[in-house]
Amino acid sequence: MGKNTKTAAEIVQAARAKDKITATELIENLFTDFFELHGDRALEDDPAIIGGIGMFDGQPVTVIATDKGNTPQERALKHFGCPTPAGYRKARRLMKQAEKFRRPVITFVNTAGAYPGAQAEEEGQGYSIAQNLMTMSELKTPLITVITGEGGSGGALALAGGDSVWMLENSMYSVLSPEGFASILWKDSSRADEAAEVLQLSPTKLLEQNVIEGIIPESQDHQETCQAIKKVLQKEIARLQKMSLDALCQARIERFSQF
Amino acid sequence: MQLYQKQNRISQQHVKADQKAADKVPANLWVKCPKCQQTFDQADLGRYSTCPNCDYGFRIGARKRIEWLVDDFSEFKLDLPETNPIDFPGYLDKIEECKEKTQVDESVLIGSAKIDDQRFALGIMDPGFIMGSLGSVTGAKITYLFNWATKNHLSVVLFSASGGARMQEGIFSLMQMQKITNAVTTHSNAGLFYLSVLTDPTTGGVTASFANQGDVILAEPHALIGFAGRRVIEQTMHQKIADDLQSAETLFKNGFVDAIVKRQAEKDVIAQLIRLNEKRQS
Repeated sequence: MGKNTKTAAEIVQAARAKDKITATELIENLFTDFFELHGDRALEDDPAIIGGIGMFDGQPVTVIATDKGNTPQERALKHFGCPTPAGYRKARRLMKQAEKFRRPVITFVNTAGAYPGAQAEEEGQGYSIAQNLMTMSELKTPLITVITGEGGSGGALALAGGDSVWMLENSMYSVLSPEGFASILWKDSSRADEAAEVLQLSPTKLLEQNVIEGIIPESQDHQETCQAIKKVLQKEIARLQKMSLDALCQARIERFSQF
Repeated sequence: MQLYQKQNRISQQHVKADQKAADKVPANLWVKCPKCQQTFDQADLGRYSTCPNCDYGFRIGARKRIEWLVDDFSEFKLDLPETNPIDFPGYLDKIEECKEKTQVDESVLIGSAKIDDQRFALGIMDPGFIMGSLGSVTGAKITYLFNWATKNHLSVVLFSASGGARMQEGIFSLMQMQKITNAVTTHSNAGLFYLSVLTDPTTGGVTASFANQGDVILAEPHALIGFAGRRVIEQTMHQKIADDLQSAETLFKNGFVDAIVKRQAEKDVIAQLIRLNEKRQS
């Protein structure tokens, strides 16, 4: 795969593209025997996060994916893939469940960020994300993340604090959306393209900075993209499962202490 | 027609007796509480800088808080070099400016503190340092604080005051959230106590990480505590949100804060909680 020559603004556009591979496509193509698990065991079930268990390459894995929805109705129901506290609580529950059975956790991230609604605030959006970060910090099983589209801020990190983070060629990962960044720092959200450049949110830049482990080539043909993801997951699961749990947790701390 | 537009009101006829009166009165003599809107003489706020009417704790620098918070404090001076990881224009100048203004080398002051005979690790964020935002050096300092406390078997008390992630550092700011969390978790797994105190304002990435990871979480009266900014919420919801949605009192009501504590009581409460949260030696 050649070097991506897109500008940062083009990457943002491609990351948000309508024909971007969806959570349901990823799950259907990468896992067999998938069983979806619902609910946060506290209050509700957030449809913006799909969680469950499936077979991957001969072993069960826990899958957690943000989902933007495929139809207008779904998109509204899933609030455009921005998880609520209940979504993060569900994710955390499934991570801990995976730990119990020592099965790897695979998260797929495509979210503009945690849902910024009044109810989400009331239900402790900040607290839920903070607890996820703690859970990932001590999780005694491998956690691998693939950012497929948008990796927006704390809402993305809440599913990406594990051992290995990969990005699809046309995806982004940033502290804030380019629009938000331009609006906060320059009081002018129309300068989003410029902000995208400054933010260094492209996979190439992030790989240079050691923020991610690698870039996965993306094809118009989603089957092909899934094949590329599959290869990476196989390699990463094998690598991480070879490590002792202590070494795994230690490496995870070191992964972040470089920043 | 100009004649009719001029309203002949007494208030408009009133002329200041002394045009230079404003210059003769020192600035900041009167302060208005942003929470209860009452106006006071600056001196009425006292050494704790709190509203005499509603107990709101005004935003104060870390140096100012340390004056009354503990009996003894020795600062950890790490002298970490500041970098400009995404080459944001003017960023390092801004840091220098803030150092000058706050007399702290980053948005958090850290050190070893003592109340009575009780020693603990103390961190105080400074809301005046680029909004108390979470930069790489801030992250390094807080991580150091937790690791130091783990090594020395001590509790950590951390006062948050932050606008959240430091935008000028891009993704590197976001990474601090997990870096600090890893240190908090290690400290926690060693059976050590972490007391988080949320002050005005605690928002964004700080709310979504270490501020909400304490064994006990306290908040100062009327402190603004939230994840998303008010403007962002209103633009998403397309409606005005309640004024108190992100107040300490609302978080307390919803079960996210253990207690609301006035500044005047903080010293005693810290001592009490550290005493009560000592791990039993078996």
